Amino acid sequence: MSGQSVGVVTSQRAHFDQPLHLRSGGVLPAYDLVYETYGTLNAAKSNAILVCHALSGHHHVAGHYADAPNNIGWWDNIVGPGRPLDTDRYFIVGLNNLGGCHGSTGPSSINPATGKRWGADFPIVAVSDWVEAQARLADLLGIDAWAAVIGGSLGGMQALRWTISQPERVRHAIIIASAPKLTAQNIAFNDVARQAILTDPDFHGGHYYEHNTRPTRGLRLARMLGHITYLSDDQMGEKFGRELRNGSFSFDYDVEFEVESYLRYQGDKFAGYFDANTYLLMTKALDYFDPARLDNGDLVRAMGRSHPDTGFLIASFTTDWRFSPARSKEIVAALLANGRNVSYAEIDLNFGHDSFLMEDAHYHGIVDAYLRNIQL
Amino acid sequence: MTNTLGRPDFDLITAWIEPGHRVLDLGCGDGSLLRHLVDSRGVRGVGVEIDDANILAAIRNGINVLQGNLEKGLDEFADQSFDHVILSRTLQTVRHTEGILREMLRVGREAVVSFPNFAYWKNLRSVLAGRMPVSEDLPYQWYDSPNVRFFTLLDFEALCAQMGLIIRERHVLDEGGNMVDNDDERELNFLGSLAVYRLTQQR
Repeated sequence: MSGQSVGVVTSQRAHFDQPLHLRSGGVLPAYDLVYETYGTLNAAKSNAILVCHALSGHHHVAGHYADAPNNIGWWDNIVGPGRPLDTDRYFIVGLNNLGGCHGSTGPSSINPATGKRWGADFPIVAVSDWVEAQARLADLLGIDAWAAVIGGSLGGMQALRWTISQPERVRHAIIIASAPKLTAQNIAFNDVARQAILTDPDFHGGHYYEHNTRPTRGLRLARMLGHITYLSDDQMGEKFGRELRNGSFSFDYDVEFEVESYLRYQGDKFAGYFDANTYLLMTKALDYFDPARLDNGDLVRAMGRSHPDTGFLIASFTTDWRFSPARSKEIVAALLANGRNVSYAEIDLNFGHDSFLMEDAHYHGIVDAYLRNIQL
Repeated sequence: MTNTLGRPDFDLITAWIEPGHRVLDLGCGDGSLLRHLVDSRGVRGVGVEIDDANILAAIRNGINVLQGNLEKGLDEFADQSFDHVILSRTLQTVRHTEGILREMLRVGREAVVSFPNFAYWKNLRSVLAGRMPVSEDLPYQWYDSPNVRFFTLLDFEALCAQMGLIIRERHVLDEGGNMVDNDDERELNFLGSLAVYRLTQQR
């Protein structure tokens, strides 16, 4: 793909004093959001795009830091001058969601009421709460309506929720590798991941910070399990096959197969920096997401709450079995039933659910073509 | 299968569509027809297309397009949700002929169908000379053709009668896109390279 990186970026922090009433019934009296922006907001403030992150994402969407050139944003390949999220044309905003562990208020932040870290006392936040917090960030930035809200997976759920919760404030939603709600199988995977964390002796009921420890074993297992579900069988076969690290069986339980080595490495890496409470919270936000619930499960009625002029681009990947094309088509059908403007692409990419993060000329071409047609 | 404007069937189809109508274009290619209908008739349009390059081109064209396989039906569309459902030069590529025609008239009030006529005299001449026809309206070699059904005007009309479909209008064009008319149906079947039909059914 042509185009360039946005280069050096900096993070910003915003403090919000207005209490946030959460879906769970809890209240966050005040909170911080960290965010990054790329490109320039035009005079009409009509060129802003919100990028919503998925389970393990954050505000560092693109570019790198001056003091950390190797810390490249998680979706750098799609953002920048000449790239689909073209910073010559658009003003891009990425943030770390509430409950995150990359600087926004979350379980590892200090609870002002106790002076200690929130830990397990941090309220569970829902996708609709994130949208509310994101709307307040938009207020702060002077953005009345996003040209587009875009996200993959859990990020796509936020984009979808925007169109229902804040219909006047989103002109286009780009929902990639997502679903209108999780299936039982998906919830089951999440629960196994949570059980790995919750049963880790170092979890201490979520207050592990006070014990100067972290449930890294559980978090590592959770990530290994998740990782398997984000890849396709074919891709794992191509990448690892049954390759052995030492060429022959060693008849013990050490790392033997390359795929074991890879998964353990991924698990260790993730457990080294991610917060277990945030992982629990993010998976619950996924499980609870079901915007049709308030309409008695009727997704058509739920999508009818979107603005008639909001445009939708829905994309799925053929090898994504965690958020399969059929799930995206449910969203498409509900939008069609409401006469909404919607386009749907089913992209043949071999990377399973993780395809949404990959650089591919056709996939990026679709997003690019859609965004170039938005009138600013 | 790139669609280009200036295709004679586009003008005929456009004339049948009222401003503001809801239009579904099956096998919409790069979206040229829908783009044209949006611009000239202000329709609310959706296209369905299977090919990656066409999906990209249709999105570039700024139309609503859904990637899908017509052989699998039109489940995502509700009954009678369109005024017109168009199948332009695509019926011959669909295996489930009856199925797609029924689906078109389930989701739409009217179906517009155009297809190459295998009985066109040049096609017949080619077959008589021992080779499968390659023409303006059948532009493929037999081994790389997306077409899976080869039929004539009269074949199609017999199927419509069998299915209880009502032919509201019909236009027959020669290879140059000129309208052909003849009182003798068999003559017409011989002279027409492309046929465009407007269909409904009793409800």
